[in-house]
Amino acid sequence: MQLEYIGAFNVVLGVLARFWPVWIALVLVMGASFAYKKRLGLYGQLFDSSVGIVGVGICLFWLFTAIFASTISPFNPLVQIPIMKDALPGAVEPQSGLVYLFGGDKLARDVFSRMVYGSQIVLIIAPAATGFALMVGITLGLPAGYYGGRIDTVLSFLANLVLAFPVILLFYLLVTPGIMETPIPYMMAGLFFLFPIIFFSVLFWTRYKKRPDRLYILLGLTLIIGGWVYAGLVFDADPFRIIHIDPNQLNIFVAVVFASSPGVFRIVRGLVMDIKTRDYVAAAQTRGESPWYIMLWEILPNARGPLIVDACLRIGYTTILLGTLGYFGLGLAPESPDWGTAIKDASRLLRSFIHPALPPTIALMSFVLGLNLLADSLREQSMKD
Amino acid sequence: MLSFILRRLGTMALTMLCLTLVVFFLINLDPNLKKLAISQTEMHTSAEQLESWLVNHGYRQNFFSRYGQWLGVVPKQPVTDPATGKPGRRFSFCNDPVEPTFSGVLQGDFGCSTKFKTTVASKLFPALGATGILMFWVLVVMVPISLLIGILAGMREGSRTDRTLSVASIASTATPEYVSGVIFTVIFASWLGLLNGSAASASRGITFYNFTLPVMTLAIYGIGYIARMTRASMVEVMTQQYIRTARLKGLSFGSVVVKHALRNALIAPFTVIMLQFPWLLTGVVIVEVMFRYQGFGYTLVEAAGNNDIDLLLGCSLVSVFIVLITQLISDVGYAFLNPRIRVQ
Repeated sequence: MQLEYIGAFNVVLGVLARFWPVWIALVLVMGASFAYKKRLGLYGQLFDSSVGIVGVGICLFWLFTAIFASTISPFNPLVQIPIMKDALPGAVEPQSGLVYLFGGDKLARDVFSRMVYGSQIVLIIAPAATGFALMVGITLGLPAGYYGGRIDTVLSFLANLVLAFPVILLFYLLVTPGIMETPIPYMMAGLFFLFPIIFFSVLFWTRYKKRPDRLYILLGLTLIIGGWVYAGLVFDADPFRIIHIDPNQLNIFVAVVFASSPGVFRIVRGLVMDIKTRDYVAAAQTRGESPWYIMLWEILPNARGPLIVDACLRIGYTTILLGTLGYFGLGLAPESPDWGTAIKDASRLLRSFIHPALPPTIALMSFVLGLNLLADSLREQSMKD
Repeated sequence: MLSFILRRLGTMALTMLCLTLVVFFLINLDPNLKKLAISQTEMHTSAEQLESWLVNHGYRQNFFSRYGQWLGVVPKQPVTDPATGKPGRRFSFCNDPVEPTFSGVLQGDFGCSTKFKTTVASKLFPALGATGILMFWVLVVMVPISLLIGILAGMREGSRTDRTLSVASIASTATPEYVSGVIFTVIFASWLGLLNGSAASASRGITFYNFTLPVMTLAIYGIGYIARMTRASMVEVMTQQYIRTARLKGLSFGSVVVKHALRNALIAPFTVIMLQFPWLLTGVVIVEVMFRYQGFGYTLVEAAGNNDIDLLLGCSLVSVFIVLITQLISDVGYAFLNPRIRVQ
């Protein structure tokens, strides 16, 4: 049976039309941000430069794509329609009359839908893993920089140990199917996921020690929410079955957090060593504040500029790491629609078909580019102050 | 200075010891050993046969004694053949000693590769040589281009050249090797047909036709990063007092840049370039797999994929060594280039 095709111009129009929820959301958010940019602080200042606008735009685009993925994509990313095997872009699927906008891959799945759904995986894992890495890095980097001495020596040695590992080797060792049979990923998850709970508990404790009414509410909330998420992620024992993560995704998550937290640690340590010589820290010490109060409420807020920039860059880097994992077929399921896996599958067949390779590569590149542009303009804006 | 280097070398040895221990532990986890036994024996072997294969090949000895044997601080024991009771070699394809001897990494014996059926040394070192050639060409391309971009951009901060080049370098840092590799292959191999999309033939002889794509792919990710660091350094130097003095005494802009700014602006990028090696290592793995070039990265992936214990240990030792030695060179070199820094 012969497939029908629509022309290149119609493909472009079709793609633009499929993204309609994204365009509406983008116009609303960007318009609102632009109108109220004076009142939005650092985020508002981003709209003063074209680089910043482009960066925010690209990031929001992929964010909304991930949110509205089920509306945008015409097909299920895992369903194979045999007649569409290796179909060229613009092929019409005879049964439903819908179009394979970017063609079909070697397993006859819709490349466009897979690209759209791939954004979901990336946009959940990359920011979340970066968040955990930030928590781990900050919680360990603050005392290392503030106290110095032996604690600094030990923690820096450990951080350098991890940094001396080539990332790819680390992943080959940590993200293998075999390791799932051992308790190692769960032990590491159990350790890493403790850090946010510790961080917020200490944060509230040092601030509201003298005000029990506030303290108990905040501490209670931290422990209940933290414990709930912890139980769901590490033991897969969420009583409400809301928070759930696949064992192999947990493994990837842990490996990515493990690989990127030493970097955060080093940055935080350096910033703390710089900031602790300032007058306001000396003033707090004279007032008799506890060391952890000074670290969390005097030093950390003043280190936020470089940390926000670093977080943006790090989300991009984590996206690249996830792609690397997918490219080597580590961790993620083979049929998973994430961009790295799609690039791996397509790049083996580049000699015969190139159309399945381009959408995921351009998607990954544009998202990381958006984050880098965002980080760059954030850095410029924070330097102006 | 000498004591600084000695202390750093000591830390380096300690780091390598810790890291190899971690790798040794992870690689010898029970599921990994089972996988190795399954791949090394015939199909459909029973669990007992797998276990006896592991015992016969010495994989069930005490963990620390095996690590010591690999390291060369515990004498390597020959395995006893269960049929004859005589001591024999672990693997027929490499000459393990038949008497207990100290034969480990410290003595220069890296062990046997179960995947390639040869000694690790005879597989690893040619592969390193091949990767060395790739690295050389990458550096030849990457360093001059990135320094040039960085200097041109940082010369006049905020100018149109600066904006364009900065966005270009941001774009290049946003392009990991597996993305640029695919894009370059599509453009230069599939559409234009100018270059070869596979570097498999480069092992026999490097030509422009088969080697350009891997070098380009590997260089592009680093170019952006080094260029940005160079630009930052250049911008800082251009705001210094002595640059203004040189301008005011009537030197032309070009000669100020070349004679006064350049030398000081190139100190920071030196460190960055040295620290770029660990990143290149990951890139090398991706590029060699993508373009089927038989080098270090390709060996590493084969070793990891087939759970080839000794080969993977050798690979990790080499890569960790490269990372640490480049860090040391960058520190020492920085102190050497910048006389204001005194190492203690």
